[in-house]
Amino acid sequence: MTSRLSIPTLGRWPRLPWDRLMPWLVPLTLLIVWQLLAQGGLINSRVLPAPTAVAEAALRLTTSGELLTHLSISTWRATVGFLIGGGLGLFFGVVNGVFRPAELLADSSIQMIRNIPHLAMIPLVILWFGIGDQARIFLVALGVLFPIYVNTFYGIRAIDPGLIEMGQVYGLSPRQLFFQIILPGSLPSVLVGLRYALGIMWLTLIVAETIAAGSGIGYMAMNAREFMQTDVVVLAILLYALLGKLADSAVRWLERLWIAWHPSQNLS
Amino acid sequence: MSSTETSPAPVAAAGSHIRINNLSKVFDQRPVLQNLTLEIGPGEFVAVVGKSGCGKSTLLRLLAGLETPCQGDIHLNGYPLRGINSLARVMFQDPRLLPWRNVLQNVALGLGQQGRSRSHWALQQVGLDHRARDWPTILSGGQKQRVALARALVTQPRLLLLDEPLGALDALTRLEMQRLIEQLWQEQRFTSLLVTHDVEEAVTLADRVLVIRQGTIDLDVSINLPRPRDLTQTELAVLKQRILQQILHPQGSPVREFP
Repeated sequence: MTSRLSIPTLGRWPRLPWDRLMPWLVPLTLLIVWQLLAQGGLINSRVLPAPTAVAEAALRLTTSGELLTHLSISTWRATVGFLIGGGLGLFFGVVNGVFRPAELLADSSIQMIRNIPHLAMIPLVILWFGIGDQARIFLVALGVLFPIYVNTFYGIRAIDPGLIEMGQVYGLSPRQLFFQIILPGSLPSVLVGLRYALGIMWLTLIVAETIAAGSGIGYMAMNAREFMQTDVVVLAILLYALLGKLADSAVRWLERLWIAWHPSQNLS
Repeated sequence: MSSTETSPAPVAAAGSHIRINNLSKVFDQRPVLQNLTLEIGPGEFVAVVGKSGCGKSTLLRLLAGLETPCQGDIHLNGYPLRGINSLARVMFQDPRLLPWRNVLQNVALGLGQQGRSRSHWALQQVGLDHRARDWPTILSGGQKQRVALARALVTQPRLLLLDEPLGALDALTRLEMQRLIEQLWQEQRFTSLLVTHDVEEAVTLADRVLVIRQGTIDLDVSINLPRPRDLTQTELAVLKQRILQQILHPQGSPVREFP
């Protein structure tokens, strides 16, 4: 089985693990260019501080313990919101995917709510939940629910009916059909939903934390902006990028674990 | 054969006896089968041929319990068929293997604790035990169908329903599979119903060939030639022509023939 175009061996170049290094090539280059430009005075340090300044800010905040506090609070909020929204999305996705009456009853309504940009509901949410963590977690849950619902629902619907028919003929009970055919068959799609949901989770949290929060990375960034601490603002942004990358890596790991058989996983 | 040939637990009598009475099936106001009556003895190998859309696959699906008749009934060994036919196993035109399980696990579908040794046995019967740990995606079409055959036979069913299983394979693989099916049928003596558009395949493998036209059986020919059959034999060539003739240019009322 042929894999995708493999990286040609570069002859006399050293035998490095290019597969692992290449993803870092662009970010590293950008970082170096950025540093050089900042040091050369070509970028105003108030507009965009040098990477070294950002690193100093990071060190400062880590040693004072602030960074860890903000990070853990943000992570906690994100996780709780994700579990609630993701759990509900998964539940309804499965129920509507498997049972036609449930689909007829609930799907339209869910799709209607889905089309409301959840961030546009912030004023309403604040009115309902106040400005505490409840509001933030609610927003994250709302944002996360729909990608997981849609991808789970369609993942189940997209299963080859021939496989289900085969399962029936081979004497599988409905419970066995679900766990042996429907669930594994819909997993690739569910994991796609998971990926989207994780992105939306951080996005929602960032915005929710810039509005009337007392802690968290979003608050840290907003606070730093008010005090003209551009280095901290940039740090916050980099943190988001890192957290997003971590989430993506987590999903990739799950994919390797659960859907090693899928064509997207490059078996060869 | 590999060194450890595990044989399965001994099984009772060989094939199912099938009795079909006045079977009718209508799809969207279009009658597909009309008053079809048929009896198949235990261990018989019956081939069903006919033009596309003549209802041969529908007959097979009714026997499998995947469809319910609008009229008439089906009896297996004297008992009426209700719901999915647990005595039967089906082989479809596409292998329908689960991509998320390896070959052995696919063959063991639905089996409990005894699953593994019986699955190894079944894979040995089709000559694929050495691929037991592979993912289905890396197998060739013929190999996948062989795994599907192993899966169908692992429980030693009394009725094997074959719905054009070799249609998607190349000519050489098809011949190998025909020999394999015949060999396993001779060993295990289950009742077999093969739906095929290939008349040569039908006369090579079957004891009896049915031609379905307009929802009923148009021709019912018994074949008493020794096995394995040689298509160049005159009697076989004549039979093949006779059947083709009936499919393409049917004449008059249904015919039952015993050459």
